[in-house]
Amino acid sequence: MIEARSLSRHYGDLVAVDGISFTVETGQVLGFLGPNGAGKSTTMKILTGFLPPTSGTAVINGHDIISDSLAVRREIGYLPEGAPLYGEMSVIKFLQFVAHARGYRRAEANSKATKAADRLNLGHVLQQRIDTLSKGYKRRVGLAQAVLHDPQVLILDEPTDGLDPNQKHEVRELISTMSENRIIVISTHILEEVDALCNRAMIIAGGKLVADDTPTGLIERSRYHNAVTLSVDNLQAAASALSNLPEAAKVEVRDDEITVFPEPDSQLLASVNRVIAEQGWQVNALRLEAGRLDEVFRTITSEVEQLEELA
Amino acid sequence: MRTFLQGMHTVMRRELAAYFATPVAWVFIVIFTVLAAAFTFYLGGFYQRGLADLEPFFRFHPWLYLFLVPALAMRLWAEERKSGTIELLLTLPITISQAIVGKFLAAWLFLGLALALTFPIWFTVNYLGDPDNGSILAAYIGSWLMAGAFLAIGSCISALTRNQVVAFILAVVVSFGFLLSGLPLVLDAFRGWLSQGFVDGIANLSLIAHFDAISRGVLDLRDLIYFALVIGFWLLANLIILQLRKAD
Repeated sequence: MIEARSLSRHYGDLVAVDGISFTVETGQVLGFLGPNGAGKSTTMKILTGFLPPTSGTAVINGHDIISDSLAVRREIGYLPEGAPLYGEMSVIKFLQFVAHARGYRRAEANSKATKAADRLNLGHVLQQRIDTLSKGYKRRVGLAQAVLHDPQVLILDEPTDGLDPNQKHEVRELISTMSENRIIVISTHILEEVDALCNRAMIIAGGKLVADDTPTGLIERSRYHNAVTLSVDNLQAAASALSNLPEAAKVEVRDDEITVFPEPDSQLLASVNRVIAEQGWQVNALRLEAGRLDEVFRTITSEVEQLEELA
Repeated sequence: MRTFLQGMHTVMRRELAAYFATPVAWVFIVIFTVLAAAFTFYLGGFYQRGLADLEPFFRFHPWLYLFLVPALAMRLWAEERKSGTIELLLTLPITISQAIVGKFLAAWLFLGLALALTFPIWFTVNYLGDPDNGSILAAYIGSWLMAGAFLAIGSCISALTRNQVVAFILAVVVSFGFLLSGLPLVLDAFRGWLSQGFVDGIANLSLIAHFDAISRGVLDLRDLIYFALVIGFWLLANLIILQLRKAD
């Protein structure tokens, strides 16, 4: 379990993390979302014992990150931002080094290193120098070092950043296979990643925790949630007809589509369908919107920015 | 204690392997041995003196170390900062002191190896005459200790920056100050306004003053303690710097 208690970190006058508290239980895959510079990486650096908090603390599996940093570092696996690695080492030598650093000796260290490499499909590049590997492979080496000791807590800072779409997909698959019986915290600014990987999402902006919800919960906050988008031949006439519906709060016409936004708790889709049937429109496309995560993200984080500008 | 040694040993082994995985080791060893020999024969007048000792060999070691040791030490922490691996290293269950001592020992052992590879000069002097091999051994040990002092300075300064060139230049300047503090050039500047006790104190800090006797084969306990203190002081400063500004 991770328990963060009003963590703060200042860099001179700059407040990077501003009193963040949260609890993460086993089995949760938590996504840290936020604009660049929001404090995601700093929070992770604090949790992994790299940076001391200016105030507050966190307890990970019963160990305090300040007074018991070494025990915390034993418990967690960490992929720092950009997956830094010792480029002049071969993959297997590097993993063996990490195994030794984690206290495994001789045969056990070797078997841990080989097992971690197998898990990340690195078997055929074991003897290769790390700096000759592609970015995707380097990231896998970074992940292999993080999971080598089978940690209960896995903290991954932007694990898919800078990878191509195939590599991104691959890394996501790897992370989801590892998510059972663990805590995984990942930071990202790729929104669909949160939807695909996480069962909990936190939005951090300006060093503060501004939203803490399931990805679905966040999507439902979108003004597009349960909106109906349709494409018909006579856009303007249809738009004015739809805006007369009592269930319609607002109607927007964009390109060749109309989006009707619902009043709270109304059955908009049924009403729209009724109007279509009554008017006998030729409908080219019709869909019920789940909500748009990017729109939620922008709304929440820009509110924080506006507040900061006012202050 | 046992766990301290394990962590330290892990870092040390990785560092040593890193020297030999890159051209650093070979370039350093070749330059060091060639320069050491060149100084001995051309500047030291090894043959002209007609004495069977290695004083002209050891006499130039401080000047050799002045440039070569900072070149070796500059990467110790600056490179870790630059590449971000410092975050990887210090979030493993390894303490900062284990990492500092491990890195220092790796570089020091490597310097010891480079020093040992100057053995042809020892063969030469034994072939030409009948030197006091005990004195030569003492001078080798003293030279290695002095290299450790330069190295500790370089390691500490390397932790201040992510730029290796800056680390190199600063380390040379600081080492130069330590070297020269026994020479009249520096002492005269203080003599006018400091009491004799302070001037003697500054003179006593000089690496050269302590190496002088050693290069003639006299291994005094006070000199050994001096080098141990210099190494300890700079490694401690190294620790404090890293604790204060790990992530900058």
